[in-house]
Formats: sequence, C-alpha cells, structure tokens
Amino acid sequence: MSRFTRRTFNRSLGATVALGALALPGSAPFAAGTKAQVVVVGGGFGGATAAKYIKRFDPSISVTLVEPSTHFITCPFSNTVIGGLNTIDYITQNYDALKKMGVEVVHDLVAHIDGAKKQVKLTRGGTIAFDRCVVSPGIDFRWEKIEGLDASTAGTIPHAWKAGPQTLLLRKQLEAMPNGGTFIISPPVNPFRCPPGPGERISLVASYFKKAKPKSKIVVLDPKKKFSKQGLFKEGWAKLYPGMINYHNVDNDGVVRRVDPKTMTLHTDFGKYKGDVVNFIPSQRAGKIAQVSGLTDNTEWCPIDQQTFESRLVPGVHVIGDSSIASPMPKSGFAASTQAKVCAEAVVNLLKGRMPGTPKFVNTCYSLVDENYGISVAMVYGYEGGKIIKIKGSGGLSPSGADANFHQKEANYARGWYESISNDIWG
Amino acid sequence: MKSFVIPAAVVGITVAGLLTGPAQADMASGAVLANTCFSCHGTDGKSVGDMPTIAGKKESFIAKKLKGFKMGSEDSTVMKRIAKGFTDAEIAAIAKFFAKN
Ligand SMILES: Cc1cc2nc3c(=O)[nH]c(=O)nc-3n(C[C@H](O)[C@H](O)[C@H](O)COP(=O)(O)OP(=O)(O)OC[C@H]3O[C@@H](n4cnc5c(N)ncnc54)[C@H](O)[C@@H]3O)c2cc1C
Ligand code: HEC
Repeated sequence: MSRFTRRTFNRSLGATVALGALALPGSAPFAAGTKAQVVVVGGGFGGATAAKYIKRFDPSISVTLVEPSTHFITCPFSNTVIGGLNTIDYITQNYDALKKMGVEVVHDLVAHIDGAKKQVKLTRGGTIAFDRCVVSPGIDFRWEKIEGLDASTAGTIPHAWKAGPQTLLLRKQLEAMPNGGTFIISPPVNPFRCPPGPGERISLVASYFKKAKPKSKIVVLDPKKKFSKQGLFKEGWAKLYPGMINYHNVDNDGVVRRVDPKTMTLHTDFGKYKGDVVNFIPSQRAGKIAQVSGLTDNTEWCPIDQQTFESRLVPGVHVIGDSSIASPMPKSGFAASTQAKVCAEAVVNLLKGRMPGTPKFVNTCYSLVDENYGISVAMVYGYEGGKIIKIKGSGGLSPSGADANFHQKEANYARGWYESISNDIWG
Repeated sequence: MKSFVIPAAVVGITVAGLLTGPAQADMASGAVLANTCFSCHGTDGKSVGDMPTIAGKKESFIAKKLKGFKMGSEDSTVMKRIAKGFTDAEIAAIAKFFAKN
C-alpha cells in the first residue's frame, strides 16, 4: 500500500516524520505572515475549479489564475448549440465569481512554465512567481497526422472541438446547407477529449435535420472499432432517426487518409466521400504550454503522480484535466473538475507541510440523443497501490431498452448537471 | 532514520504506520468525498437546476438514501451507479459533512 510513495514524500517535503494530524514538523515552508503563492494556468474545467477550491480549502493562499479569454465557452452543451437547441449565451461563463472570492485573474497566455525558477512567463511580458503551479490547458491538435488540413483550414472544415467561434461556424454551415445535403463527421483516434462527444454531436445534428431538413444524410467516418455508449446511441438512432446515419468504422472504410478542403472531399483507403458540411475532429495531444514546458512524455500527454497530480517530470508543477495521464479516468469536463478538487486539497496540504490525503473521484458523462432523450455513463474512482482505480461494482451505462420516461428524466438531469457544474466552477 | 524515534503517545502514528497506512487513513476526507457530489447536486448540495438539492438535509436522510440507492431499494436513474462506489464508512462521512455544512 503506497498511498504516499517515498519518492513524493522525499521530493515534496523532506524526509521528516508525520505527527498526529498528518502534519510534518519543521517542514511547513510558510510560517505565519508569509503567503503561499499558487499560479493556475488555464481557466477551463480543471483550472477554474482548482483556483476556486484552493481558496475554499485555504483562503490565506494567494491564487493567480492566468487565462487569455475574459469569457469561457464550454464544450459541454456546445452540441446543443450546433443542433439549434440553445444559443451560445447558455454555454458562456465568466470569471466574476472567482474574482469575488479573491482569486487574481490575469488575462494573458502563459508562454513558458519554468519549474526550476518556479515562475511562469507571460506572453505580453513579465513573470509570476509560484510555490506551486497547477496546469490545465486542455488539448492541442495533431494536425500533422492528417494530410490536407491544418489550423488555417478550420475556417472551411471546422473541428468545433474547442468551443466558441468554431461552434458557431459549424452551426452556420448546417443552417446554410440545403435539405437533402450530406453532413460528414470524422471522430479522432483514442485517447481524445470527451469519448461520447461525437455520438452526441451526430445525434443533435440528426435531431436538427429531422425537424428542418429531413431529406439530409449523415456520414460518419470513424477510425476506431467502436465508440463510447455505442449500444445506447445506436438504440436511440434506430428509434429517432431511422435510415439517416451511415456509420463507417475501422473495418468498414472509416479511416480518413487525406482531406481536400477545396472540394470538401475526404479520401479513405477505399473510396472518397464528398460532403456539403464536413466536421473533421483531429487527433489530439496535451495543450501546447505543457509541451513547451517539458511536462509531456513520448505519448505527448503529461505523466503525473495520480495522488497529487504533481508532474513526474517537473516537481512543483501539477497537471490536471485533459492534458494529464489520469487513466482509467476519461478526458471529460466532469473528470477535470473532480481531479482539480483532489489536486487542490493536495496542493494546500503540501504547502502547509501536511501529507496529501487519499483521493476519490466521480465521473458521469450525460449525452443527449435528442432534446428529451438522455443517456449516461458513470464511474466512481479510488486510489490504490499508487494508481487511480475504478471501484468495482460502481458505475456503468444507463440500462438498454429503457422507456421514454427514463430518457426524459436523464435529459432533464443532463441539463441539471450542466447548470450545477458550471455554477460549481464559475458561479 | 534508524535512531529517529518519536514517542507513540505524542504522535499517535509512526513513519512505518504512515507509509503502510492504517485502514482509517486510507479513506478520503469528508470534504473530498462530498466534493464529488457537487458537480451534480451543486456546491455544498445547493442545486441550481433540475438536480435535487441535498443541502440542509438531515445526516440520517442522506445516509439512508445512499444506502437505499446502493441496495436497490430506492429507485434511481444514476444514484445506484454512484452510491455503489462508496463504502458504508464513506457514506457516514459524507452524510456528516452535508449535515455540518
Ligand atoms: C463537443 C464536446 C462536448 C463535450 N461534452 C462534455 C460533457 O457533456 N461532459 C463532460 O464532462 N465533458 C464534456 N466535454 C469534454 C470537456 O470539454 C473537456 O474534457 C474539459 O474542457 C477539459 O478541461 P480542461 O481544464 O482540461 O481544459 P479546458 O476546459 O479546455 O480549459 C483549458 C483552458 O486553458 C486555457 N489555456 C490553454 N493554454 C493556455 C496558456 N498557455 N496560458 C493560459 N491559459 C491557457 C484555455 O484558454 C482554456 O480556457 C466535451 C467536449 C466536447 C468537445
Ligand atoms: C451524476 C450526477 C450525480 C452525482 C455525481 C451524485 N448524484 Fe445524487 N442524485 C442524482 C440524481 C439524478 C438523483 C435523483 C435520483 C436518480 O434518478 O438517480 C439524485 C438523488 C440523490 C439523493 C436523494 C435526494 C432526494 O431528495 O430524494 C441524495 C441524498 C443524493 N442524491 C446524494 C448524493 C451524494 C451524497 C452524492 C455524492 C457522493 C451524490 N448524490 C452524487 C445525481 C447525482
């Protein structure tokens, strides 16, 4: 049982001994009067939660959050904007509540995190010193993996996998598409942000077509064998959108090799597919700042101590959310936020010279198959033998073959979840 | 380290005890356990949407409900899947946390 490995112990605190309430005598780096300083990089699901919960655990710690945007547009529920169920306002959050709590919010892009000097460098100039840094920069796209596309073609072929202008662009393209047109979507290989996200997007575009453009078709080119909540999605599609969705997986010509944005054509091993609207979601890696600051390994994701989320490569810097290797947890907003809370407690304890506690996490991904048809997958996680583990017997999918009442309830709870979590983070 | 001895009466726990971990210390704190509920039920259990509010509920109500979800005697969409991830000792700590806050 190495809840607390000797390695972390020595590195973080010096090899002294814990007293009664797991305090480490003589090692508290911040005596009365000296304020511990935490810098949080990124104000999304992970970062904003970490900033808020460090303050909740200990208001005396000085917390600075660095985030380029004054408003954060969430990916969760962005598929409802693409499907025309909500406007962008519904998914737009801001930092007013965090500021009120005493978090200092700096709107800038971090250019570099220097673990040795314990400071972050800002793009517009200047540095901010930290005792501990929490990094939650989300994802970056591996454009080099797909011939014909790069960041500049996203204005023609959107990914809409970071919410904001991309979400609105895809919505506009679908609105302009003629009845009887073809929408092509190509999800990425694993691991990627929000495994059930493509299934939900396909569903809500189908829901829009059914209402506004019933002769239209959806073609899915998926390089994987199967996808998250596949059984539940396919059950819903057969009920709600029979004949509209044509799904190709890896065994059925689903791998896209090249894309031609001029002709809106996707080339696979055996054929080519032309769409009126094309949504190509590139393969992914940790956010760029994690790469340039030495936080990633050869998987292009960030290895961490799964108890404290402290980087295994740069001591004093913690990585949470999509960028971190927190498997078996998926890359979701719920996961990023639950990780942030565990990390916040660990950061506060380490700054106070105390032992970090035992982690516990929950994740649930709700998806809408239609406005009144929700499904979910859940899991509870613990920590054992130095690793995050799934708690046996917990979690799982919504039951298959459930009635309309069950799916109506889960659709309502999906909205309830979104409103609660965004209020928990930014409210 | 060999000569480093702390009177057990003072510290209550030794280095060895800490690293191997007595059963009790394996458990997450009440705050960390309850924090996992907030993403659905709202901060401190105060829901702002369609999820039930659990703030202000009695300790015995929360413990009874969670055990009911776990055993399947309480009907639910998702709580059964969540409650099965918590031991009875964790449920007691969670119920206590909500009652206190
Ligand atoms: C279509 C879609 C639907 C989804 N639906 C759900 C859902 O229903 N439920 C769910 O749980 N998850 C969902 N997700 C997944 C969820 O969006 C992500 O897992 C979550 O946002 C990850 O949080 P994060 O903190 O790692 O990154 P983000 O939330 O993306 O936050 C990263 C932040 O870091 C900032 N940043 C990046 N680099 C820097 C830098 N150098 N300096 C300063 N700031 C920087 C960015 O501006 C951004 O604000 C969905 C995703 C998509 C694409
Ligand atoms: C994924 C979202 C989610 C999470 C996480 C969650 N709950 Fe729930 N909870 C629900 C829903 C939905 C219901 C309504 C019953 C159902 O359909 O499952 C509910 C019902 C309850 C009830 C009964 C409320 C009443 O008035 O009858 C209690 C008590 C409760 N939850 C406690 C908790 C606790 C404690 C936690 C954290 C350990 C937790 N829940 C985590 C979604 C969640």
